[in-house]
Amino acid sequence: MRREGFSLSAVEVAAAPARAWPRLRVQALFRRARGDSPVKRLLIHMALWAACLVAVYPVLRVVTISLRPANKLLTTSLAIIPEDATLTNYIELLVGRAGRPTEFYLWIWNSLLITVTTATVGLLLSATAAYAFSRFRFPGRNAGLIFLLSTQMFPAAMLLLPLFIMIARLNLINSYLGIVIAYSVTAVPFSIWMLKGYYDTIPRDLEEAALIDGASRLGVLWHIIRPLSTPALAIAFLFNFMSSWNEYIVARIILNKREMYTWPLGLWTFTEQYTVLWGKFAAASILVAVPVTLLFLYSSRWLLSGLTLGGVKE
Amino acid sequence: MGALTPPIIIRSLSQVLGFILAIALIILLLEGYAYLLFFRRPRTLAAAVFARSVQVGLAGLLILVTLRFLERIGLITDLVAALRLAPLTTLPERLWAAWAAAVPAPWHFILLGALVLTLEAMIYLTSEPRPSRLGLAYVLILPALLGISLLIAIPFLFEVRLAFSNMAMYTAQNPEFGLRYGIENFVKVFTGPVAKDATFFEVFGRTVLWTVINVSLHITGGLILALLLHRPMRLRGLYRTILILPWAVPSTITAMAWRNEFDYRYGFFNIMLRNLQQFFTDLTAQTQGLPLIYDLFAWLSQAVHPVPWRQDPTWAFISVVMTNVWLGIPFMMVVILGGLQSISQEYYEAAEIDGANKWQQFRHITLPLLRPVLVPATILGTVWTFNRFEVIFLVTQGGPQEKTDILVSSLYKAIFQFYRYGFSAAFALVIFLILLLWSIFYLRITRGLRGVYE
Repeated sequence: MRREGFSLSAVEVAAAPARAWPRLRVQALFRRARGDSPVKRLLIHMALWAACLVAVYPVLRVVTISLRPANKLLTTSLAIIPEDATLTNYIELLVGRAGRPTEFYLWIWNSLLITVTTATVGLLLSATAAYAFSRFRFPGRNAGLIFLLSTQMFPAAMLLLPLFIMIARLNLINSYLGIVIAYSVTAVPFSIWMLKGYYDTIPRDLEEAALIDGASRLGVLWHIIRPLSTPALAIAFLFNFMSSWNEYIVARIILNKREMYTWPLGLWTFTEQYTVLWGKFAAASILVAVPVTLLFLYSSRWLLSGLTLGGVKE
Repeated sequence: MGALTPPIIIRSLSQVLGFILAIALIILLLEGYAYLLFFRRPRTLAAAVFARSVQVGLAGLLILVTLRFLERIGLITDLVAALRLAPLTTLPERLWAAWAAAVPAPWHFILLGALVLTLEAMIYLTSEPRPSRLGLAYVLILPALLGISLLIAIPFLFEVRLAFSNMAMYTAQNPEFGLRYGIENFVKVFTGPVAKDATFFEVFGRTVLWTVINVSLHITGGLILALLLHRPMRLRGLYRTILILPWAVPSTITAMAWRNEFDYRYGFFNIMLRNLQQFFTDLTAQTQGLPLIYDLFAWLSQAVHPVPWRQDPTWAFISVVMTNVWLGIPFMMVVILGGLQSISQEYYEAAEIDGANKWQQFRHITLPLLRPVLVPATILGTVWTFNRFEVIFLVTQGGPQEKTDILVSSLYKAIFQFYRYGFSAAFALVIFLILLLWSIFYLRITRGLRGVYE
């Protein structure tokens, strides 16, 4: 199940529990030999179908609503494909109406900019520290680790007030800088913690061999650790990207000028007037959700291995 | 208004790139400083005097800039005023202003950079390398130290200080600090309303309920689905993908979508309930004359009815729990599935030979071997659920009458709806303390930290 273009290093593959697919195949053969009865298999499939229905239905409803014409928004019909299905909502969102250009691209652009900056800053500030925490025994290390662990336990909501006041006093309300600072509060410690977990899984023998061969510490870092850590950095980037991409509550207090809105804020403006714009909200949701969902599904295995490396490591 | 135009793109890009560049420059500067400090030894006495004086001077400037920053955000404003430190803390600023006035626009920046670089180069040239065992560690940690002190340590100190102030909407500009305000704030947390009406203990009780219900349903649901999926069968990959959907779709969207499904007239749940009611009413009409069955349907057609999800506190609470359970199960499912896959098949074969039934196998093999996965997942899940109020915020906004608020959403309201800053800081610290005690307690009894940091 390895994919091209994102090849994980052998070390990491050995470390990620969520990736035990090939082994599963072997187990699978074993199980089949024991075999479940047909009735039991049928029941299992039925249960899974029911669960899938529950998982998918709310999402399908959004699709349905996005296809409804404006005069049929309020209906008690439960049909998946509504009668008079239309793409007006999508077109209005993507092209805009005469005299009213669409704001959709602006929201996406803002979100993209803020999210990529946050993820980049998170990596800039955390990449090297994680290695130090993993390899060196320096005074303050344990305190630092416990501190990092506790930041995983107490998310940003605790610090929302002082951060808000700080950002306001520095005149950073309604600026990209302000929101990036607010998001980095969780991104930086999380990245350090996750990357440290990753470095722990790289065998020290590699470095020790290089050191014996006369390489300097910095040389080891550059020639051995850097190439090995690319996949982990990608996972950390993706993680920070995902969490700030979907963020709504913090954005709401820091960005209140319409041209600074990120897409969650923009979408919320649609739902404020239930009757009028509910269809547009649904269409926008689908447009935003499809790429992100695909990205998530594609990378979920690595996201999970990152998570287990960071917080859930045993 | 509103469209994305090239000027906007250029302006925003330049803002953001400038920001990233500035951070990279600051990091580089500090790294250069740290490198010279740890890895170079001056060759002669004169070089040592020069190097140390430059380093002390730069460190002094850095401290002054930090103090000025703290003064600016309001953390030490009163201290600076009381100790008359203003001439000192504004020194870097005045130096910079004088420098900028003396040298024309872009050059003041470039020249200053060149000056710093020259100084560092001179220190480098007059020194020799020296080994340093831990130097590298500190050099590597520096960027993170910068980030964390700016993003977490300073805000946290600020929060502690705010808890001892009377800062509120009308005193936002010049709050007073003092022990008596602190005591007042902390007393108010436990005696007064935390947002508008609800008291601390009421909200705390609801938070515990919210956390316990959610986490136990997440784990039960995740465990059941994982056990169902953990077997060879057709469509396994498809099931897995579909079942992850609630986690994969941005939760902002799904939460808003669920919110609308709780609408009294047009929401999915009430449509279903109304249809069911109609169904039972029809059946009642058709079974007239059949004694017991008629009574049953008559009762059902009375009992099943649309529910006021938004107006009734209990139903509102159920609605947020439903949404959050739906959102949270996939994560647990995937985590547990990973755990199941790491359990060797041999245990089950051995158990089967010994004649253990399925339940015994589950109870004595699966559950104990899942422990290493379940314990940390439970800790994280609990803390996340305890803190996660996005769903509540998007689905009910804590309403009706704050009956679905949890601690963190009340905190949010106290800050951004009622502007009770001093009080909110104290409130946040109390929540922090609760979480801290809980995690210490939990880690103690499960020793879940074992292996986490070694």
